Amino acid sequence: MEWITYLSLWIIPGLIAFILVVATIRKVPTYEMFVEGAKEGVSMAFSVIPYLVGMLVAISVFRESGAMDFFINLLRPALQAVGVPADIVPLAMIRPLSGTGALGMTSDLIAIHGPDSFIGRLASTMQGSTDTTFYVLTVYFGAVGIRKMGDALKVGLLADVIGILAAIIVVTLVFG
Amino acid sequence: MVNLIWVILFVAGIIFAAINGTMDQVNKAVFDGAKEAVAICIGLMSVLVFWLGLMKVAEEGGILKGLSSLMGPLVRRLFPEVPKDHPAMGYILSNMSANLFGLGNAATPMGIKAMEELKRLNGGKDEATRSMITLLAINTASITLIPTTVISIRLNYGSVSPTEIVGTTILATACSTAGALLIDRYFHYRRTRKRGV
Repeated sequence: MEWITYLSLWIIPGLIAFILVVATIRKVPTYEMFVEGAKEGVSMAFSVIPYLVGMLVAISVFRESGAMDFFINLLRPALQAVGVPADIVPLAMIRPLSGTGALGMTSDLIAIHGPDSFIGRLASTMQGSTDTTFYVLTVYFGAVGIRKMGDALKVGLLADVIGILAAIIVVTLVFG
Repeated sequence: MVNLIWVILFVAGIIFAAINGTMDQVNKAVFDGAKEAVAICIGLMSVLVFWLGLMKVAEEGGILKGLSSLMGPLVRRLFPEVPKDHPAMGYILSNMSANLFGLGNAATPMGIKAMEELKRLNGGKDEATRSMITLLAINTASITLIPTTVISIRLNYGSVSPTEIVGTTILATACSTAGALLIDRYFHYRRTRKRGV
């Protein structure tokens, strides 16, 4: 499986080279077009700020007050009953809320239990198989100014639940 | 619903801080959270600027159109409201491909660009359309073939086989993506029925 590590090194440079070469052959003024497109990025990043500040402050208040730990402990028995190891519960809960938080927790779990333990494998799979829903929602909708989100949050969070359950089931079947 | 969850996060946090005596942490959390958010946006800016620039080159070079005609037939079923040759399709596809290869950094600008085109399709209204929710569902379920970040963490902690979780991740994301699409379809069905169609 070494090739995967190599491949991931090549993807981005390869993509850049491909786009630039093809565009040059098709007589696109590449550098000028790059600058024109890139300009949009500046205003887009600024327009995300209010949305992300609002969301991240709320999440950090919720986490730092101890409320998150309380809810995790509340859910722990129920999750353990369905076969979720207690150590993984905080990761499952924090994954939709905070990307850096989840990444830190995954590293911790891997450091404590070892990368090749059941929990290490489960944490790795979980980290790769779901995304930070609140962040994606805030950034994607914030950047283009969507205010009425409809069912988006419900769909995203339910997808997280499925992703976490799927990770547990698949890892148990393969490595358990 | 977002409004409600937002308020609950704050109020529950503050009530807990009052009970646990962690109010000083909450005070710190307010400013740390705000600072982190701005830092993330600035960090995002570098990525947005670079990839949106490159995407513009790809668009002018007809590469996005090529991608649409290559993979479009498959994806068009997921986004029935997007016209065949609309630029939104190219961005949706490049967003999905970037996610597949675990290029999280590149996926975000393309996703935002796709959202922008979808908003234009909806006459610039500030409400989420069905296609937008589908795109979001696909992104939060995060279809990934190569979870590069996780592989490098495992490598750092001396795993015997850092890539052994690739298979389980693919299976798990396949399940969550399929699940997300089903849920998305269900909510869409419920919405249209409520409107009395």
